[in-house]
Amino acid sequence: MAQVVRLLFALKSVWAVLAALVCGSFLIMLAGSDPIAAYTALFHGAFVDYWGFAATLVKTCPLLLAGLAVVLPLRAGLFNIGGEGQIYIGALFATIVALYVPELPGPIHIALASIAGAIGGALWALLPAILKAYQRINEIIVTLLMNFVALHFVSFVVSGPMMEEGAPYPYSPEIPLGLFLPHILPRTDAHLGVVIAVVFALILYVVFRRGVAGYTLSTVGENPHAARYAGMSVERHIIVSFLVAGAFAGLAGTFEVLGHRYRLFHAFSQGYGYDGIVVAFLANLNPLFAIVSALFLAGLRSGANVMQRAVGVQVTVVEAIQGLVIIFVAISLAFRYRAGAVGQFLARRAAVEAALDKPGGDGAALDKPGAGGAAP
Amino acid sequence: MTDDRKGAAAGASGGTPARRASPSGAAGGTPAPKLALEGIEKSFGALKANDGVTFAVAAGTVHSILGENGAGKSTLMNILYGLYQPDSGRILIDGREVRITDPRAALEHGIGMVHQHFMLVPTLTVVENVVLGMKGQGLRLPVREHAARLAELSASFGFDIDPHEPVAQLPIGKQQRVEILKLLYNNADILILDEPTSVLTPTETEPFFDVLRRLKASGKTILFITHKLEEVMAIADTVTVMQLGRVKTTVRTADTNPVKLAREMVGRDVIFQVRRTAHATGDTMLEIDRVSAASDRGLPALDAVSLSVRAGEVFGIAGVDGNGQRELAEVIAGLQPVTAGTIRVGGVDINTASVSERAHDLGIAYVPEDRHRDGLVLSHSVAQNMMLRSYNRPPFARYGFHDAGAIRRHAETLVKAYDIRLQSIDQEIRYLSGGNQQKVILARELEGSPRVVVAAQATKGLDVGAIEFVQKQILEQRDRGVAVLYISTELEHLMDIADRIGVMFRGRLTGVMRIEEATSESLGLLMAGVEAA
Repeated sequence: MAQVVRLLFALKSVWAVLAALVCGSFLIMLAGSDPIAAYTALFHGAFVDYWGFAATLVKTCPLLLAGLAVVLPLRAGLFNIGGEGQIYIGALFATIVALYVPELPGPIHIALASIAGAIGGALWALLPAILKAYQRINEIIVTLLMNFVALHFVSFVVSGPMMEEGAPYPYSPEIPLGLFLPHILPRTDAHLGVVIAVVFALILYVVFRRGVAGYTLSTVGENPHAARYAGMSVERHIIVSFLVAGAFAGLAGTFEVLGHRYRLFHAFSQGYGYDGIVVAFLANLNPLFAIVSALFLAGLRSGANVMQRAVGVQVTVVEAIQGLVIIFVAISLAFRYRAGAVGQFLARRAAVEAALDKPGGDGAALDKPGAGGAAP
Repeated sequence: MTDDRKGAAAGASGGTPARRASPSGAAGGTPAPKLALEGIEKSFGALKANDGVTFAVAAGTVHSILGENGAGKSTLMNILYGLYQPDSGRILIDGREVRITDPRAALEHGIGMVHQHFMLVPTLTVVENVVLGMKGQGLRLPVREHAARLAELSASFGFDIDPHEPVAQLPIGKQQRVEILKLLYNNADILILDEPTSVLTPTETEPFFDVLRRLKASGKTILFITHKLEEVMAIADTVTVMQLGRVKTTVRTADTNPVKLAREMVGRDVIFQVRRTAHATGDTMLEIDRVSAASDRGLPALDAVSLSVRAGEVFGIAGVDGNGQRELAEVIAGLQPVTAGTIRVGGVDINTASVSERAHDLGIAYVPEDRHRDGLVLSHSVAQNMMLRSYNRPPFARYGFHDAGAIRRHAETLVKAYDIRLQSIDQEIRYLSGGNQQKVILARELEGSPRVVVAAQATKGLDVGAIEFVQKQILEQRDRGVAVLYISTELEHLMDIADRIGVMFRGRLTGVMRIEEATSESLGLLMAGVEAA
């Protein structure tokens, strides 16, 4: 019995998606179409059709990397809402290397640009991490606000210093042909980036399961006091996990430029960084499941147009379904409050905050009411 | 710890029939007490936090609730303040039974509480903080009228607080007065103060007591929660001693003394049970040389403590909880920096060594005081907890990855060697009993042949069998030639195994004596802060 219950709980994300699809079917009926036909068109277009699947893979790449950028810090009880900004800065760094470093042999130049992109994302995540680790400034707010700084900074750059001459719209010149990421499906847009993203997800999965770093990260998240007692540095874990997360997001932006758009566009990301949060929670913070949830969300996006053409349902209905998925995943979090990885997140956060209070403790007594023992 | 020792309690308290003692004493008629608790029970799962708590407090007195951490003081106060509901029992105010459903109801009954952590908004002014949360004022805060009345009230108690000053700019002592002012302004006449002096420096304490005396003189009733004996003697009219959720005794402070109270608080009458055997001691292994350190709150917690422990010797640290014992253990383990002084192990200065260098290279084993907070990761498996302090060393870790086989084999070996009772080494450690959890920590800390063992409250909350096991392990280490620093609030356990005992009081180590010279009386006096003659 307990096994069955545990399985039902483990599949909560699936229930959330199904519930969203059921609600979505009512919307489709309201729009005057047949939900079965619409969904068939959507999923056929997203996963069965060759070109449709390729389009899904193109969108999977940034979603998965952005998802990993959320999953990793959450292990240590930290919330990275800054994926969007890290994507923009990563893309900017990669574009600069692609455009202004004298042309090198393709693979080397690609590698160089990718490393630059990863560094850009990591740097953008470094500031909130330092503020969190040493000043206890809420990383959710800092990462969120820095998104807007990054978005507008990139907009400024591509409409000024880096703007293509005579462009009708703010974007940079095209990157050299040698820097285009190789395609993985012939005659489609699907590029190598998605493969690299999946490899990173697998690596992260193995590190979480068997790696010393995975163990220390979860120790810091579960009990920072014990982590200190074991000789781990809570501050270093905060900073390193944010740096790596920022690098993931930076790569998401990089691959958008090198693999898909070949230029740096103003406002190109369309919220991949925020969708990464959905990817992470839909996957129950498991990097392996993140591959599936990224594919699914990418499929929803790429299948939407097919559905519109096939049964005449507006694309906006798919956007509504995406919103419903988020709502139901959020609802499902309530059910794993005690049991699962996501539910313990708030407790971890509180514990990390408390541990950071420990050294110095400068005036912290004022702003944390009753943090003391709840029990006797 | 769970055994029944009513007999010992009665003997120790000198037979004062606590409950019937009328605190207001001389009054002609017998007015109903301001506050009376009758048979308050509260359990958290299997833990009885409050077990039949009964006592009464007369109006216009200071009543102290004394007890160690975990004695049930905070639970009781949270019940009075409406944060918890009791499982059974009655609360009477002025002789009428009341139900306190939440903090607002508590305030309506005139009960206000000052928490250990202040509930103030630092950026707002004093008057804004006071007005905040008051009922029935619509959208506008009529700050100006309130400020005038607040200044008047403040002056009448001699508080010297400017209502328009931002709270963040006030020193801690004044912030505390703002908290009290907040309650007075809301017409509270029973004030609960939860460990109010823990945030104050010694020089702030005396003025604070003056405030309490003035409040008392104006007819307020004060419940003063503390684990510091000398404060009880200084300010309280009556005192209730709690232990393990039960009321040990309620007495007038005039009828008792710190030694008696210490004994009530610490537990039982000391029964000598000589388990110490003749053993050789070697050279000095652990040396603490005029070490000072700060507490988590940044207040001085260790004040030039010096001691040395020889190889093969158990040095016991006695003292009432919160007198610097935790900080002493943590500076040795490397979890806290020293602000002055030197720690040496085997003659080598270790001040700059990291936590893991101390654990592995210097051989300092540390059994922390709070095993759930520091010693274990409750959501991790037993096997993972067994390697917590060696997580990045071979054979557990190679090339950045863990060897699951080595981790399991290691855990299985220790489980057998220490007779740890569990279902599986893969189960979460939270499901083990306290005794078995402590065995896991001991197994982990002692397996590497340490040279120094620091054990803090290692027997706290354990049953008799587990206590014996822990003590046996400690004595085995001693016989191996390890220098043991054994910190405990339980005098009896200390006297069982220590060769020398020192008492921590307000961050200082006082009266180090050989066990042959030590008596519970002499130690009790030191614990109460009375210097030995």
